[in-house]
Amino acid sequence: MWILLLLPFIGLLWVPFYNFHEPALFGFPFFYWYQLAWVPISSLLIWLVYRSQAPDEAP
Amino acid sequence: MADRIEWVALAVFIFFFALVTVMGFFAARWKAGPVSAHLDEWGLGGRQFGTWITWFLVGGDFYTAYTVIAVPALVYAVGAYGFFALPYTIIVYPFVFAVMPMLWKAAHAKGHVTAADVVHGFYHSRGLELAVAITGMVATMPYIALQLIGMGVVIKAMGLSGELPIIAAFIILALYTYSSGLRAPALIAFVKDTMIYIVVLVAVVIVPAKLGGYGVVFAAANDAFTAKGGDTGLILKPSQMLPYATLALGSALAAFMYPHTLTGIFASKSADTIRKNAILLPAYTLLLGLIALLGYMAYAANLKVTSNNDVVPVLFKVLFPSWFAGFAFAAIAIGALVPAAVMSIGAANLFTRNVWKSYIDPGISHAGEAAVAKIASLIVKLGALAFTLFLPTQYALDLQLLGGLWILQTFPALVFGLFTRWFRAEGLLLGWAAGILWGSWTAWSNGLKPLATIALGGASYVFYVGLGALILNIAVAAITTLVVSWVLPDRRGVTAPS
Repeated sequence: MWILLLLPFIGLLWVPFYNFHEPALFGFPFFYWYQLAWVPISSLLIWLVYRSQAPDEAP
Repeated sequence: MADRIEWVALAVFIFFFALVTVMGFFAARWKAGPVSAHLDEWGLGGRQFGTWITWFLVGGDFYTAYTVIAVPALVYAVGAYGFFALPYTIIVYPFVFAVMPMLWKAAHAKGHVTAADVVHGFYHSRGLELAVAITGMVATMPYIALQLIGMGVVIKAMGLSGELPIIAAFIILALYTYSSGLRAPALIAFVKDTMIYIVVLVAVVIVPAKLGGYGVVFAAANDAFTAKGGDTGLILKPSQMLPYATLALGSALAAFMYPHTLTGIFASKSADTIRKNAILLPAYTLLLGLIALLGYMAYAANLKVTSNNDVVPVLFKVLFPSWFAGFAFAAIAIGALVPAAVMSIGAANLFTRNVWKSYIDPGISHAGEAAVAKIASLIVKLGALAFTLFLPTQYALDLQLLGGLWILQTFPALVFGLFTRWFRAEGLLLGWAAGILWGSWTAWSNGLKPLATIALGGASYVFYVGLGALILNIAVAAITTLVVSWVLPDRRGVTAPS
């Protein structure tokens, strides 16, 4: 599961993936909405890893 | 910029400023604890902050007021390249999730308050401890100065001139930090972050609606960059891609090495609090991405500014009624108070634990530590204030930039020890020195641009100097460790990671 944590690094640090104007979404060029989209995706990935871990302590 | 005093904006501003001042002093009694009796109370708020308090506190001191001013200013000036703050503040969270709970456990088990405490706990090396402590204090000082500069920009936008308002704001800040410790910024962060969220959400809906939609905003910026030429544009030039990615990665690795972010980590009540925050804190990143777009909205609104840093204040003044502009300016100014307070507390903790206790008074009591830290926080803030008043703004910017590369050099000492004790303190210390010297020298000789160039096989690659320095740092640490382990195979006092 921990491998999921690497996906944001790959998706965002390999800039040639997303350095384009098109396709635009709601007026946002691809470069912008692609990176903004990684915000909720990263949260989701971290949550998936979090959920898969056994709790290690009392809250 | 403005010469005329904006009375309505000013009144709203003063109202909110007074509100947080009262809260700051009241905070000493919040979540009751003996603030002056123990450094854990003054410097870490009692190590009891749960998920929501930590979310507001770390969000409040990681996404600083200066960010709200500087990121749109950079995006306004160069376009896509200024957006590196977005990937930076996304990839930082998988890292926080994986590493910071381990660091919290290491600190909690031994009662450590600072990064340098933790490093000393790993390696029992006073030299390495001091290196980490001094790096933290030196990197923090210009960062506090930048918060003041951010506050100065909005105060100026309301028509107030002179240094007096900044000095007054700072004295108030210094006094309630002195009396309440970390509880003050933690409590104020609730107000600050709520205000910033309101301001930004209103701005990103209303401003494009007034200007004709996001398509128009991006088109206006595109036209401006086409006319401007050079390394600007809505997407990156091929030569900017590697600097963009390495700046994002290097900044992400450096972000949680700073005393102010680590203070937020150490102040939370459990490792699980930190994990939940790694999931929830990206909400601020979304906000930051939208804030960055204010730089493009400035083009669509046909703003003319004398300094790029004026983009955000002028945009609010032109497009919003005075009372809302005042609200926005108050949000930014209060947004400067929270990180400035946490930064001075983080630096004061380092001074108390790793300089005063280690070298001057090893037998100091808990109450004595709190007393030293309170005084140290005042001195740190006075230093930052003097910095802003007497030195050119550019110095603070340059030093903050160098500070990022310096603090990144404490990464191996702090993080590697969580996983392995293979490295020797001598190696880590030498690696730290090599990284700082090479990085500073390279940045300096490039006219203080944070980029280094390397020629490989006929092609040259440009990348973030801090990341290059970190690689050098690790290489030197590894080689020295090999040599030292060969010469001195016996090591005492070093404990295996739990």
